[in-house]
Amino acid sequence: MRYLCLIYDEEKKMAAMAKPESDAFMGEYFAFTEGIRKSGHFLAGEALQPVHTATTVRVRNGKLSTTDGPFAETKEQLGGFYLINAKDLNDAVQVAAKIPSARFGSVEVRPIMEYDQA
Amino acid sequence: MVDTVYRSESRRVLATLIRLLGDFDLAEEALHDAFTAALERWPRDGVPANPRTWLVSAGRFKAIDALRRRARFDASLGQIADQLDAAAGDTAPQEEEGVADDRLRLIFTCCHPALPPDAQVALTLREVCGLTTEEIAHAYLTTPPTVAQRIVRAKAKIRDARIPYQLPSVADLPDRLDTVLHVIYLVFNEGYSASSGATLVRHDLSGEAIRLGRLLVELLPEPEAAGLLALMLLHESRRAARTSPSGELVLLDDQDRTRWNQEQIAEGQALVERALASRRFGPYTLQAAIAAVHAEAASAAATDWPQIVGLYDVLLRADPSPVVELNRAAAVALRDGPAAGLALIEAILARGDLAEYHLAHSARADLCRRLGRIADARASYERALALTRQAPERRFLERRLAELGS
Repeated sequence: MRYLCLIYDEEKKMAAMAKPESDAFMGEYFAFTEGIRKSGHFLAGEALQPVHTATTVRVRNGKLSTTDGPFAETKEQLGGFYLINAKDLNDAVQVAAKIPSARFGSVEVRPIMEYDQA
Repeated sequence: MVDTVYRSESRRVLATLIRLLGDFDLAEEALHDAFTAALERWPRDGVPANPRTWLVSAGRFKAIDALRRRARFDASLGQIADQLDAAAGDTAPQEEEGVADDRLRLIFTCCHPALPPDAQVALTLREVCGLTTEEIAHAYLTTPPTVAQRIVRAKAKIRDARIPYQLPSVADLPDRLDTVLHVIYLVFNEGYSASSGATLVRHDLSGEAIRLGRLLVELLPEPEAAGLLALMLLHESRRAARTSPSGELVLLDDQDRTRWNQEQIAEGQALVERALASRRFGPYTLQAAIAAVHAEAASAAATDWPQIVGLYDVLLRADPSPVVELNRAAAVALRDGPAAGLALIEAILARGDLAEYHLAHSARADLCRRLGRIADARASYERALALTRQAPERRFLERRLAELGS
């Protein structure tokens, strides 16, 4: 079954990390990704550019409105994601718990709506 | 006859059916159908040698039949029916161990941390204890539709997020057990001292929690489970003495100890000793040990306060919460005098902790009163009164205020 792991970090804190720390952090991400590729969990995963690069698009009454920034100002910001294959929620949670940002921020785990099932 | 079997076996049969059928609602229907079949057949054919196996078997077949009938409208159900049918070979004969695991699976699944806490409680009461939605709603002073919705959403989450019907792994067990114990204790506390309303104690929930606690201890050799059961039994042993005939609050100091239930005390003490001996105990066991020290004292004056403070010292290390600190402070007051206890309580409040906790203010008030600081006592009793909604507690605080004089 597929799950999306949405990674939320406090961007300011992450940006304030000294270079050796942030290099080490990236190293952890690399190792984690390799690990879940080997275990067969990995389907996709990306880091996102920082939230100031976000643009929010809404269409109301046929009119397009484009605003600068994320859809909502939050304490933690969406920083990346992994799409994984997992046996059940316990399995998905085990994977999510190993995402490096889980120690500082939050990872939301959501099952994918599979439309091809009944 | 079927009624007796229903009371003793229905929960176990349900737990096994959930595992075999992979769905709570399907299993409940199957349970209902199985007992309907039993009502028809057993008066005629006699009660089977192993009623539980019979019921599980009957339930499973009825479920597969029902799915096949519904498959005429939804083909996927036919597939599910086939899978269930094929798995017949895998259905191990219902050995005691297999069935015991199913009841544990059910408890752990109902208390899965991915479910909201109030849903964990509602689901546990419904599926493990067999309470009706009405009974749960009544106990929690809410409406049946609210409870029903909580349960429906919880089952949907179990299905849609695929929460597995499994015992936690050894690595996960401590945290998962904590959640289960917490749910059971929530149920007990709700029954022990109603959170708002006219009467102080609601027996039924406390009884259910104790039954759940017993089940857990029976199925899982974990010291903290024994500790929680001990704690609940020791609290429960004082039920008759805790309220006056007119429903007024009677403090521990003033309780008629001859009305304490000695059987429950004995059982609680034995469980505490067992748990402490294991050396793997935690906060529940320690709280139970404290309750056991109270239970041993023939009178309030005879209470071994130094031992209680010592136990609180250990408890504080295991569970460094302000409430534990407060309770320790109250014990220190009894060991070393009101001034010592008051200093500790004022330190907690000065930090900003427990500002909204009525018992912190009533404890402060009581110690101020003993020290002759009447104005401070009055202020604290008033603060406590503003923070409690329970009628018997309000009456108690009002009486204390009146006693201070003007």
